[in-house]
Amino acid sequence: MPSKSKAKKSPKSTIDLRLYVAGQTPKSLAAISNLKKICDDHSDAAYHIEVIDLVKNPALARDHQIVAIPTLVRSLPVPIRKIIGDLSDTDRVLVGLQIVGPGAC
Amino acid sequence: MAKKTKQRMRELVPLQKAPTGIAGLDEITGGGLPQGRTTIVCGGPGCGKTMLGIEFLVRGALEFNEPGVLMAFEETPQDIASNVASLGFDIEKLAAEKKLFLDYISVEPSEVAETGDYDLEGLFIRLQNAVETIGAKRVMFDTVEALFTGFANPGILRAEFRRLFRWLKDRGLTTVLTAERGEGTLTRQGLEEYVSDCVILLDHRIKDQISARRLRVVKYRGTKHGADEYPFLIDQRGMSVLPITALQLKHEVSNERISSGVADLDEMLEGKGYYRGSTILLSGTAGSGKTTLAASLVDATCRRGERCLYIDFEESPQQVARNMKSVGIDLGQWSDKGLLFHEAWRPTQFGIEMHLLRIYKLIEEVKPQVVVLDPITNLISSSSEKEVYSMLLRLIDSMKSTGITAAFVSLTGGSDSLEGTNIGISSLTDTWILLRDVELNGERNRCLYVLKSRGMAHSNQLREFVLTGDGIQLVPAYIGSGGVLTGSSRVAQEAKEKADALLRQQEAQANRLRIDRRRLALQAQLESLKVELADVEREAAETGLEEHQREAELKLDRERMAESRGSK
Repeated sequence: MPSKSKAKKSPKSTIDLRLYVAGQTPKSLAAISNLKKICDDHSDAAYHIEVIDLVKNPALARDHQIVAIPTLVRSLPVPIRKIIGDLSDTDRVLVGLQIVGPGAC
Repeated sequence: MAKKTKQRMRELVPLQKAPTGIAGLDEITGGGLPQGRTTIVCGGPGCGKTMLGIEFLVRGALEFNEPGVLMAFEETPQDIASNVASLGFDIEKLAAEKKLFLDYISVEPSEVAETGDYDLEGLFIRLQNAVETIGAKRVMFDTVEALFTGFANPGILRAEFRRLFRWLKDRGLTTVLTAERGEGTLTRQGLEEYVSDCVILLDHRIKDQISARRLRVVKYRGTKHGADEYPFLIDQRGMSVLPITALQLKHEVSNERISSGVADLDEMLEGKGYYRGSTILLSGTAGSGKTTLAASLVDATCRRGERCLYIDFEESPQQVARNMKSVGIDLGQWSDKGLLFHEAWRPTQFGIEMHLLRIYKLIEEVKPQVVVLDPITNLISSSSEKEVYSMLLRLIDSMKSTGITAAFVSLTGGSDSLEGTNIGISSLTDTWILLRDVELNGERNRCLYVLKSRGMAHSNQLREFVLTGDGIQLVPAYIGSGGVLTGSSRVAQEAKEKADALLRQQEAQANRLRIDRRRLALQAQLESLKVELADVEREAAETGLEEHQREAELKLDRERMAESRGSK
């Protein structure tokens, strides 16, 4: 069930994000809402978000090397970055996704 | 109340075991690993943890129809596949046949940033998917501790581990977990706190530059298990653990006798030879003919059509065959006929356990009736006396229990006491034949005697041991005032005895002649006396007749006279 959220401004660059969750657990739901909030707050880039439920596609966990849930993967731009957790620590998410530099905020 | 009874009933069900199929391990654990529970296999790097786990999975899939899942954290499936290919395990084929499921879990701490609460549900999903795909009964994690390097939050990890073990137990999956050994603890991350059903510790140590692997079942809840350290080895057919726990003196004994291959030696052993299934020690100084004696036994065994295993630590099979030909023993023909298995390797080639295991494996393969070890004394060079002793103890025990006749050749050093064996195994052997050199009159000759032979009235004689082109001959030695006479002294003694005997014979002959002559003379005398006697008898008879006639005439005269008187 991919859900999409597009930035309104003309995109400087496209960021492809995949969020791996396992069913409708509180952690998964928190991660989804935290991610949407972060993307809305930092809308200077075009985000392409895909939420993957591993309960429905268990084989993808092996194919995509997912161990922890929730895991957020930035597949574009390269290199691939992985962030785990419910994304409640906004600063670390931003650093992890390299949306902002470590000293920017 | 009813519930309580039911519970008690359930408790009475003995622990089910999942056989590993690993030689020896199932014997130590009394049937295998606890079924539906988790076993930790811990040890230092390179001690064989992964091998044990993979063999458990592979044998489970091949021999016990229990498919398995391998969750690898450290090596990729390709690496593992090539690692175990040397053991003859084709895990890629097994994976293709859905008997094995391989999942490589890569945990790269550098790639991951943690931002809040998480769990390891991804791992569970993968595991569940794997288990369901092939209907797995067995799972192996290698090495699950890698997660500790991948994730920073130990609190979450510990909670997830607890959940994992419960998850595995709920599904009745027999699990093997490998773990690195920690400082002062069994595992670095203290995993044994969560899993306490069975813990197996592997150890790899180097002593005198020779490696030795050992296995110990530290803990096995709910079952009796061997508590010792057991040597094990990994070779081209997988892992094998030395299974002998203790010396059990309960062997079946045989009354059958087998020839020693030397007719004269059989004669010394009640004329029948050794007992089948007995342990024979052939000890002696260098060059006293130990190997020849052993080869005679081999020859006799193969001649009966039985199989023989000859393990040589000193000479190559070719060399022994050549040397034995010089005394008329053709070992080559038995090798060609597939009755003699002649194996040779250097004692320093491996550690003592490896020797033992190799011998075990050979015995298993060859299924011999007679095993010869030549010489056991050389094994000390690869280990300590105590270890060699314990190895031989195990070997003797195992061979006795299977009714194999064993001959050990032992070299006695020049300075050692003759009736002592370096390894002190004399008490373990049933028949001890001692070979020694005797120096006399500028000669060195071989002597043999039966020091002991349990259960038979063996000869107490010291025999001279003569190697001829037709094998071994045992000649009774002479014991005189000068000591034991052997070699040319014996020959001289024999010649002397022969001369004496001749002399005695001649004297007796002369005596006989003299007596004969006297007898003839007396008989002649007797004949003439008999003739004389006959004359006398005849004379006497004639005299008697005359007298009788005369008496009759007188009587007639008297009657006539009376007649004439009466008529008047």
